[in-house]
Order: sequence, then structure tokens, then C-alpha cells
Amino acid sequence: MANVSITVNGKLRTADVEPRLLLVHFLREQLNLTGTHVGCDTSQCGACTVLVDGRSAKSCTIFAVQADGSEVTTIEGLAAGDGQLHPLQDGFWEEHGLQCGYCTPGMIMSAVDLLNNNPSPSEREIREGLDGNFCRCTGYQHIVNAVQHAANKG
Amino acid sequence: MIPSAFEYERATSVDDALAKLAATGATGKFIAGGHSLVPLMKFRLNEPTTLIDIARIPGLAGVRDVDGAIEVGAGTVHHDVATSSLLRQQCPVVAETAGTIGDPQVRNRGTLGGSLAHADPAADYPAVMLAVDAEIHLRSSRGPRVVPASDFFQDLFTVDLAPDEIITAVRFAPVRAAAYAKLYQRASRFAIVGVAAALDVADGVIRSARVGLTGAVSHAVRLTAVEEALAGRQPTSEVVAEAAQLAGSDLEDVAGDIHASETYRRAMVPVFAKRALDGALARLPQR
Ligand SMILES: Cc1cc2nc3c(=O)[nH]c(=O)nc-3n(C[C@H](O)[C@H](O)[C@H](O)COP(=O)(O)OP(=O)(O)OC[C@H]3O[C@@H](n4cnc5c(N)ncnc54)[C@H](O)[C@@H]3O)c2cc1C
Ligand code: FES
Ligand code: FES
Repeated sequence: MANVSITVNGKLRTADVEPRLLLVHFLREQLNLTGTHVGCDTSQCGACTVLVDGRSAKSCTIFAVQADGSEVTTIEGLAAGDGQLHPLQDGFWEEHGLQCGYCTPGMIMSAVDLLNNNPSPSEREIREGLDGNFCRCTGYQHIVNAVQHAANKG
Repeated sequence: MIPSAFEYERATSVDDALAKLAATGATGKFIAGGHSLVPLMKFRLNEPTTLIDIARIPGLAGVRDVDGAIEVGAGTVHHDVATSSLLRQQCPVVAETAGTIGDPQVRNRGTLGGSLAHADPAADYPAVMLAVDAEIHLRSSRGPRVVPASDFFQDLFTVDLAPDEIITAVRFAPVRAAAYAKLYQRASRFAIVGVAAALDVADGVIRSARVGLTGAVSHAVRLTAVEEALAGRQPTSEVVAEAAQLAGSDLEDVAGDIHASETYRRAMVPVFAKRALDGALARLPQR
């Protein structure tokens, strides 16, 4: 067992974990933060994307011990305390950026990183920024529109 | 998928990492970004008893100028290479190559040292390391060692790196007239064929060219026939097109897999060699 202290959505979480515990399982099964999804488990689909120290990362490809001392933000940590949606959540709502919703938390977390690096991306830059996230429903156009919506508001 | 159980330790310095690795006998492994190792461990294709995390060793990451040469620390993640202003200005091919690796999440975690040590036959960095003629800097308890990129990549997943050595950095003289072109696999973005080309031009003549190929054979190689055909010639698109036709003609054992047949890969080597060389030409100062 290894002791980890990870600040998740602003709250310090300490636990004894097996070193082989993946960050995504730590979030979902130990902290009950089930907004972060597992789509492929082979590092391809991006459904498990969270922010680690402010940068998007696939939490199925990181052991929780590697994130010891880090700050992690999941989809549950995006909205303001009063329930006010994050501009990207609002964008996905307004532009109908989802169908089944399975990919959505990962898409939004990748889009947060994208807009942090590039606050007014072109359509092409949005598509490249979401390269690590698969959606099996929408055909992507409404997702691109949703990110554009958030960028225009931000 | 759950990997086999292992112990985990975090290294605080290069010496500490080497000592911790030695203490595991031959059964431990370094982990940097984990973006080659963790997938392998999930499939239980790799079952280290101990992981020594080198990701936060101070000084192991970063891009710096060392007496006019550029040094990239082994722990530098692909995103930081892709966005380095020093590289963008002085040696854009290295930054651009890093920017083509995988996707943003992969580039936020994966490191240069991990990519070179793992030596996937379809990895991007090996081609560009050959083109800029990089030195690979290694350390072990026996001391430091420097290996030229042209000797480093040896075979499938095999490089000139002893089990008790760590890659600390790569160093190269910046080259502006260089470019990377790749035919990428749609899902992962790994190279089906990737070519990096660098030109050394003086007084309107190509003094030398270095062309590195990845993706087509078991490990990255220099396309020496193309390099020789370019030396001493004028840097024009006609000359480049002629030389590029030689690309890959002498390669044995070109890979064929679900992503591309051997025939298709062979056909694409000269196509992407030409694109890389054209990209390098476009970077020459206008006469
Ligand atoms: C979805 C996906 C897509 C990808 N697409 C591409 C792509 O398009 N192009 C591409 O080139 N790569 C691609 N990769 C691979 C990626 O670039 C990896 O990050 C890289 O190959 C390994 O770097 P790492 O830091 O993650 O190494 P790790 O996985 O941590 O380590 C890999 C190996 O290197 C050893 N090691 C690590 N650092 C050192 C060091 N400093 N000294 C000695 N040994 C060391 C480890 O012990 C291990 O054996 C992709 C990966 C994924 C998951
Ligand atoms: S579940 Fe992590 S990338 Fe698909
Ligand atoms: S909305 Fe169903 S996978 Fe994207």
C-alpha cells in the first residue's frame, strides 16, 4: 500500500492505495466521482480525461500514486459552487453538443485545456484540440460548435 | 485491465533513481509519463516488481541553450517541446515533430526520454533525432556516456541503453532548414511512415543532408542513398524530387500490418521523403 494525498476539485483527499490502482478507479470507486468515464481502457478514447495540475490527461493511463501531491479537476469540479454552469457546460447545453453523453465529460475537460492554451481557437484548432477524444454519436460538429460558443462567451 | 502488483517509489534525483533501480536487482523499471509503459503493464506484457517514478526529478525536464547547442531534458513532456519558443525559433522541426505525437492528453504526459528508451518502431522522435544528428546523453553508476543518434536505435524496441542506465538529455546543434512529414495512423497518430530531413546549405550548394526514417522498418534509420544524392547539388525542388525517389529502395524487411501493407509503405517512403525535403527547402533563407 502507498499513501497518496491528491487535491480533487479543491478538496484534499488522502488514502492508502495499491500502487497499481489507476487514477480513474481512484476517482470513480473510492471518491464516487463517477462523472469521469472509462470508454476503452486502452488510452485511446479520452472518456477518462481529467485535468492533472491544470493539464488534460487520460486518467486510465495514470496510476493514482503518480498523481500524489497533484491537483486533479474532474467534470464535477467545473461548475461554480452556486451551481452556475462552466461556460463549456453551458456551450454543450446550448449547442446540443451531446447525444448519449458518454464522451461528454472527457470532451469538456479536453476543451478546458484547449481554451486555456488558446482562448479563441479556429474550427480546425478545436478539432485538433479534441483529437484525443472519440464520440460515437454526434459526428463532432455540435461539439465543435459548443466549444466555439464557450470561446465566444469567454 | 489491472496490471500485476508492484511497489512504487519516487526518485528525487538522477543518482537516487539509479540507486533505487539498482536496489531492485534487474526487476524494476523507471516510469516517466507512463504512456508506453502503463498500457503494456495493463496487458501484462510488462510486469516490473517496482516502478521508480522519475517524472519529478528536478532539472530532468526543460529545453535550454548550452553554448549554442540545444539541450532537451529527457523528462520534458511532448507538449513542452512542441511549444518551446527556443526550439520554434532555432530548430522548429523538433517542436513540430513533438506536436504531431498522439493527441493533447498524450503530449501532456509522454516524455522525450520515454519515447527514445521505448523505441517503438512507429515513434516520431527517432526520425528527427537522426535528422538533427542528436547526441543521446546517458548516466549510470559507472558515469556518463554519450551515444550519437545514428548508433542509438538498433532494432525493434532495442536501443543502446544498458538496463542500469538512464537517459538524461539529448543535445544537438540547431538546424533551421529541416522538416518532418508523416503518414499517420488515424486512431493513434503513430507514424506509418515518417521522414525527417535536414539540409546544410552554404553558397547555394547542399553541403550535406541528413534524412531519418521511422515507421517502415524495425527501427529508425538514415536514408543514406538520398543523403548522398543530395550532397554537392543545388537546393532546388527538382534536385530534391530526384533524390527522394531513391528513398527506401535499399530497405529490407519493410513492415506490413493492418494499417498498411508492405507495398503501400514502400510506395509512401519516397512520397514522404519528398515532402520532408520540400519542407526543409522552404525554410532556407530566400536568395
Ligand atoms: C494513445 C497514444 C498515442 C500515441 N501516439 C504516439 C505517436 O503518434 N507518436 C509517438 O512517437 N508516440 C506516440 N505515443 C507514445 C508516447 O509518445 C509515449 O509517451 C512515449 O513513447 C513514452 O514516453 P513516456 O514518458 O510515457 O515513457 P514511459 O511509458 O514512462 O516509459 C517507457 C519506457 O522507457 C523507460 N524510460 C522512461 N524514461 C526513461 C529515461 N529517462 N531513461 C531510461 N529509460 C526511461 C521506461 O522504463 C519504460 O521502459 C502514443 C501513446 C498513446 C498512449
Ligand atoms: S478510457 Fe481512458 S482513454 Fe479511453
Ligand atoms: S454523445 Fe455519445 S459518445 Fe459522444
